[in-house]
Amino acid sequence: MSDLKRQIIVQLNLKDLKPEDIGDDQPLFVEGLGLDSIDALELIVLLQQEYKIKLSNAEDGPKVFQSVRTMAEYITAHQAQKE
Amino acid sequence: MSASVLIAGIGVISAIGNNIAESLDALESGRAGMGDMHWLDSFHHGKLPVAEVNLNNKQLSGLSGLPPTISRTALLSMIAAKEALADASIENFHQLRTGFISANTVGGMDKTENFFKFFLSDHGKGRLRDIIHHECGSASELVAGQLGIRNYISTISTACSSSANAIFFAARLIKHNLLDVVIAGGTDALTKFTLNGFNTLMILDQEYCKPFDENRKGLNLGEGAGYVVLVSERVLSSLKKNPYCSLSGYYNANDAYHQTASSPAGTGSLMAMKGALKQSGLSPADISYINLHGTGTQNNDISEGTAIKELFNPSYPKMSSTKSFTGHTLGASGGIEAVFSVLAIRHGIIYPNLRLTTPMKELPFVPETKFLKNEKVIHVLSNSFGFGGNCSSLIFSKL
Amino acid sequence: MEIKVYIRSTANISPQKTFGESQSPDVAVEYRGNRLTCIEPDYSKLFDPKLIRRMSRIIKMGAAAATTCLQKAGVAMPDAIITGTAYGCLEDTSIFLTRMIENKEEMLTPTAFIQSTHNTVGAQIALILKCHHYNNTFVHRGFSFESALLDAMMLLNENHYTNVLAGAVDEITDNSHAILTRFGLYKQKPVSNFNLVQSNSKGTMAGEGAAFFALTNQPAADNDAQLNAMTTFYKLKDINETGKNIISFLKDQSIDINTIDLIITGRNGDKKGDEIYNHIAHAVFNNHQSIDYKYLCGEYPTSTAFALWLAAGIVKDRAIPAWVGKNSKNRSSIKRVLIYNHYQNIHHSLFLVSAC
Repeated sequence: MSDLKRQIIVQLNLKDLKPEDIGDDQPLFVEGLGLDSIDALELIVLLQQEYKIKLSNAEDGPKVFQSVRTMAEYITAHQAQKE
Repeated sequence: MSASVLIAGIGVISAIGNNIAESLDALESGRAGMGDMHWLDSFHHGKLPVAEVNLNNKQLSGLSGLPPTISRTALLSMIAAKEALADASIENFHQLRTGFISANTVGGMDKTENFFKFFLSDHGKGRLRDIIHHECGSASELVAGQLGIRNYISTISTACSSSANAIFFAARLIKHNLLDVVIAGGTDALTKFTLNGFNTLMILDQEYCKPFDENRKGLNLGEGAGYVVLVSERVLSSLKKNPYCSLSGYYNANDAYHQTASSPAGTGSLMAMKGALKQSGLSPADISYINLHGTGTQNNDISEGTAIKELFNPSYPKMSSTKSFTGHTLGASGGIEAVFSVLAIRHGIIYPNLRLTTPMKELPFVPETKFLKNEKVIHVLSNSFGFGGNCSSLIFSKL
Repeated sequence: MEIKVYIRSTANISPQKTFGESQSPDVAVEYRGNRLTCIEPDYSKLFDPKLIRRMSRIIKMGAAAATTCLQKAGVAMPDAIITGTAYGCLEDTSIFLTRMIENKEEMLTPTAFIQSTHNTVGAQIALILKCHHYNNTFVHRGFSFESALLDAMMLLNENHYTNVLAGAVDEITDNSHAILTRFGLYKQKPVSNFNLVQSNSKGTMAGEGAAFFALTNQPAADNDAQLNAMTTFYKLKDINETGKNIISFLKDQSIDINTIDLIITGRNGDKKGDEIYNHIAHAVFNNHQSIDYKYLCGEYPTSTAFALWLAAGIVKDRAIPAWVGKNSKNRSSIKRVLIYNHYQNIHHSLFLVSAC
């Protein structure tokens, strides 16, 4: 998960944050990190670029990106499907 | 400040027609302009429908009188502006104080995209001819030059509300007695830059768009140009025919909510519509028809719909989104839709909102789905809401 | 237009030390080469980091100048925000274009795209202030700033407008510099900006900047200056037309040319382009002192915003500051300034500014 955190920081230009600053279960959107809909789109591209996973329905975004943990779980589940 | 600003001429080109007559015919026949891309050479060919003008650059060049090597944005602009000026039939045009206020969002990007392909690998590569008219203002100057306008030329760029803002800036120049005649509106050509840009926002429909439908999935990008010729009352005697209507109200407000998304309550939209009504001295009940911004995105339609509900409840005028015909023409949309609004008044017609099968459940009104004739269209409200929360509403009124 | 327009306050981020605690630098900064770059503040002191991450350089420059200008004016919420920019957000445009080409239109991200639209600076200012009022952006080459100013002046002559924020911002990026160099705009051999006007060769130096003005129609003892009038003229038939237009402009304003204490000109060191300034120095202003401004900020389409900032500061203090115009003899009692500039001999503008 700390690799994922590092990727999130780079993708979203969160220059002041370090991976340790993001809690595994911390809400990413609204409160917590306070990310918004544009960031969600950036994360969708992150999934594609780094993990070759395509989230074609933007509406699934809020569920998948709720926290770093939910993201990691989604990635693991979909990578497993491919193999 | 003088009282009235009148519309003496109109000109338009879009996917549904290359001039006023063709556009009217398409609007009446329900013939939308979406389809596969012909001229744009994009990776998304076959996947994303667009509404392209049915002419290649060589043909546009022939119609416009400008060289085929210049930006498509300028070519489209010239054709529509020329039609508008000819339509206005102003006898002593060159003796009056004339202006051209045009709007666009892409400028010469269609050419820049090609230039950049070569420039990226080697800064010495890429033809300078392809980049010289990159700036938004260049297209305006090219067209103004051909039209013989020199007193005042300017260019506005506020995303999707651009040409609506151009029209009412022009009106104010007339009201302040700085100019007598102004051609105002906007233009935009389809480019890979905008197509891909909108695609990253995931607001493009892979089918033909369904504005104000419960199951809408996004917008289709279009291209085109639309201009009105605004004149002061002083110029009335120079007109060879009666003006179409007046521009009786206008307002610009900012949503100040988010860079691209509209606020759920449609704050900016509501303020723009209210402001235009106040300016025109009209009340909501006076509006005969609303030409909706109606892009077909989840966000815009609910935001605009909520604002309309707030303002017009319980009595709603007829309304429709002509983007269901032309696609979203970005910087040109305010201008093209101004032309359609003026035509609605002149001919007493209401346009249908195409492909609307399931009304939005949150809204207590449904846009018109049929083309209507012999309607009493006295006051038309035209909405244009853009990125950056820039919301503009124009009101056109029968004389 | 009848109602008087005042410049209540200004803010300017430029290649000189014009922004920050001391508005007036002690000395001018020298640049060697053909490019002047803005001296930028520490934006983290001005904006919340959450906002900054979504703001590219040009947006930060514009927003910083705008918000600072309003603070100085004591205006919490302007009645309108009007921006001029010829090139728009070049860096983001470049980034998105580059990725689009390199990735062959796949796996693109939205941030650069949304930040590339021309009205992003104006929109960001509105977002920061939560300002729901009129917001417009002009993108007309060498008239982008003048158009914004005209729009502002018209608003102040309409009902319900008291304070209007107007300004201009343009940036130079590595890519745009490379492209404009190919058009032959800049000096081929490096010069010092201090010798720019005397360089007597082709080309100028590239510049950039963000300058905003809090304009008002309310007279007040602490307004910086009065903006008496502004006009533009586009494409001249010949060099003599400039002089005629200037005289005509002054006549329209009922201004006696002898009451002008200082001319600020847009000499940019390009031998051919500067001929017009030499002509009017003889034909119209042979009894007037003049200073140049582009050696301080470089050449760019909205540089007249820098000139207006400079003029406002001069009439406010009624003196030419020590760091500007080394050769000026009569540095005090400057109450009325005329600015004349042309951009590439296509876009000509005149501004008349007076002490309050």
